Amino acid sequence: MEAPGSVGTEVPALALSDVSKRFGGVRALDAIRFDVAAGEVHCLAGENGCGKSTLIKVITGVHAPEPGARLEIFGTVRESMTPALARSLGIAVIWQDLALFPHMTVGENITFDEVVGLAPRPFRGRHLRRRAADVLDRLGASLDLDAPLHTLPIAQRQEVAIARALLGDARLIFMDEPTASLTQSETDGLLAVVRSLSAQGVAVVFVSHRLAEVLDIARRVTVLRDGKLVGVYPTEHMTQARLGELMTGQSLEGSVTARDRSHAAPMLEVNGLSRTGEFDDVSLAVRTGEIVALTGLIGAGRTELAHALIGMTRADRGGVRLDGDDVQPRSIRDAIDLGIAYVSEDRLSLGLIQPQSIADNTVISTLERIGAYGLISSRRKSALVERRLGELTVKLGSPEDAVSTLSGGNQQRVVLAKWLATEPKLLILDSPTVGVDVGARVGIFRIVRELAEAGLAILLITDEVTEALHNSDRILHMAGGRIVGEYAPAAVDAETLEAAIYGRADLAADPGVDSRAVPRVASGGGTRPGAASA
Amino acid sequence: MIGRTRRVANRITVELRLGAVLLVMCIGLTILSPQFLTLGNLTSLLNNNAVNLIWAVGLLVVLIAGGIDISFAVAASVVQYVAFQLLEGMGGGNWWLGFLVAGVLGIALGLVNAALIHGFRVISIIITIATFNAYFGLLMFFSGGRYIYDLPDWWRDRIFVFEREMADGSWAELNLAVGVMIGCTVATFVLLRLTTWGRQLYAFGDNPEGARRAGVNVSLMQALAFGWMGLMAGIAGLMQVNITKEIVPNALYGRELEVLAAVVLGGARLGGGKGSILGCLLGVMFVAVTQNGLNLLGVSPFAFQMIIGAAILIAISTSSIDLGRRGVRRAPT
Repeated sequence: MEAPGSVGTEVPALALSDVSKRFGGVRALDAIRFDVAAGEVHCLAGENGCGKSTLIKVITGVHAPEPGARLEIFGTVRESMTPALARSLGIAVIWQDLALFPHMTVGENITFDEVVGLAPRPFRGRHLRRRAADVLDRLGASLDLDAPLHTLPIAQRQEVAIARALLGDARLIFMDEPTASLTQSETDGLLAVVRSLSAQGVAVVFVSHRLAEVLDIARRVTVLRDGKLVGVYPTEHMTQARLGELMTGQSLEGSVTARDRSHAAPMLEVNGLSRTGEFDDVSLAVRTGEIVALTGLIGAGRTELAHALIGMTRADRGGVRLDGDDVQPRSIRDAIDLGIAYVSEDRLSLGLIQPQSIADNTVISTLERIGAYGLISSRRKSALVERRLGELTVKLGSPEDAVSTLSGGNQQRVVLAKWLATEPKLLILDSPTVGVDVGARVGIFRIVRELAEAGLAILLITDEVTEALHNSDRILHMAGGRIVGEYAPAAVDAETLEAAIYGRADLAADPGVDSRAVPRVASGGGTRPGAASA
Repeated sequence: MIGRTRRVANRITVELRLGAVLLVMCIGLTILSPQFLTLGNLTSLLNNNAVNLIWAVGLLVVLIAGGIDISFAVAASVVQYVAFQLLEGMGGGNWWLGFLVAGVLGIALGLVNAALIHGFRVISIIITIATFNAYFGLLMFFSGGRYIYDLPDWWRDRIFVFEREMADGSWAELNLAVGVMIGCTVATFVLLRLTTWGRQLYAFGDNPEGARRAGVNVSLMQALAFGWMGLMAGIAGLMQVNITKEIVPNALYGRELEVLAAVVLGGARLGGGKGSILGCLLGVMFVAVTQNGLNLLGVSPFAFQMIIGAAILIAISTSSIDLGRRGVRRAPT
């Protein structure tokens, strides 16, 4: 591992210094220094709004930097950049939304940049198809060239985007939040691709705020905060906690907060609940004031279980008791009336109505409480909105602003506010921190903890082991549609838990994962699922 | 090349399905009505639908590019009227001048749409409803709604690209409009599938932001799509006069929805990025055969409207079911 600033004798892919950028009165970038060696995997880390995207846009010529900046790209000092020049030099950006074409085939997507141009030319479909096949070979990806892109899972679309960059002979690829919507095994696949690119001399800059993979793959990490360079660090001795602190500028508590709630009355009891093809014989309990994390791989049946609990689907067998009563919600409306709130995984598209105001989104599930005779009382509405949003300390201009104007973390809080307005007994949180900044995550879990203290039973569905470990009172592991393990956060460490869930690569890829013996960790705080509901 | 056959079959599922339905309908009609499968009936089917087909391939380009056009039928009427005035001024003109004038006028009207859409960043349905009303209002104002019968001879003369005397002494003929329609169809096919412009049109309709970031010239695409639609509208207007031998200012008013329905039926996606010439032709012919069949069977013309409405509902709902089955959404947790 070289020290920062001396990365081998090769010509660096990128060496920038004194890059500043102002938008009106806002200093988006302030005298940034940034360098990437040829073939290096580098990480550009920082919270949303720290200037990561602006820096990429300066490098790719979308924004011009303030005078005084020095841009050295592949050994040549450039006075100014344009998007076309950046492309021709081999700089490619894979944006988080990938910018692909869903109804075109894989092959057409990979070769699309070849057909762009003002003057019409003959379209050489077969020739381009062959080139697409070649580049997929180089990438080691096996994709059907003729499949329409929209039929592919996100991970494979990402491979398409990478192949597209390689077809244009990219030597420096920026990847914007590439793992935000990937599962663990998909992420591993992507990291393998990135390693092979690096071995071929292609430099890759990861722009990410998921910390684990950053440390896993990058040689060095450049951290930005509020448009300023915090520093460039080798990843060798870096820890997640330290990196989080560098990004946020504050010390993040990463400790186990579990408490023993075994004396409390169970709020939710699930007994032998099954639904063919989704989950099988699931028994669990969540007590009043308890946070139970439900963790496991994508496809383990966790979201499906939640959908059955809120009446979106019907279980085939088994029973659910809520607060001591047998319940069987027939619709989401039913579940709300019973006191079950569900905050969905896909917060942006499903949880909120983006163009509508914050206030309207907050009250949408509880319209009958603020109205009479089908009309809405604006006085009661603003009272309710003020109370709920106040509780969650949402930073906002006006409750009448559109939800789309809020940051990811604050949108999440509005979703929480919306469901808290229904005064639930049980809150089901499905992957609440996907796409949320490290700093905002801490805030969300602080709220979740407060809600539990106030007596809510909370079922937290999460992929991230550390999230489960630090924020729950009990951890259930689901695999292949069954609950296969239970852990007390205080009695287990992240490595053990990770090994159990993601296991060895062979087990992670094997759908028959539930058949293996998983140690159940007996502990003070935990109860075996069966025992709790007996 | 089994792989290639499968590839093509996958790409044109909607077209294959519509083609099968059309084939079944034709077989049924052949059994039910002896007149259906006669050369005379089939040629008149083509003659009667040549104008719709020319519009349809133009509209297909606009739909693929993610737009919609409501104004093209009225634009064709405007072209007829203005072209007549201009050609009179040139001393009557001829076919070459006719194509030139109608084509240029059509392109100009299409570019007005493109410029308004691009300039004001307003979605195309709003702009083209506005130009639909504006074009029609101006046309009725200046023409006073008067019919024009006094056309130059070249424009009125019947020209056949195919004719054959039948056993009963009647003639089966294909008129010039059918030949022109075939030319327009081939030209549109070349544009869409064999040039880089075509790929960029599909991409622009599929993901405009992605296309813009890839360096696609967005205003060029907009101008290309609506200019092409305008060109087709102008040519269709020219041909329609040749068939009816008169210019009636409000004759084409309302035809736009019929054509739009047929193109959507043929698998073009409202919202862009998807659609084919084959589907477009099948869509128009499906509508035409339905109408023709109902006529031959003596069914009320109102039944036709209902059937077309139902067919559109079925076509659109089944194709979106397909989307769901192919797993557009990622598998949930």
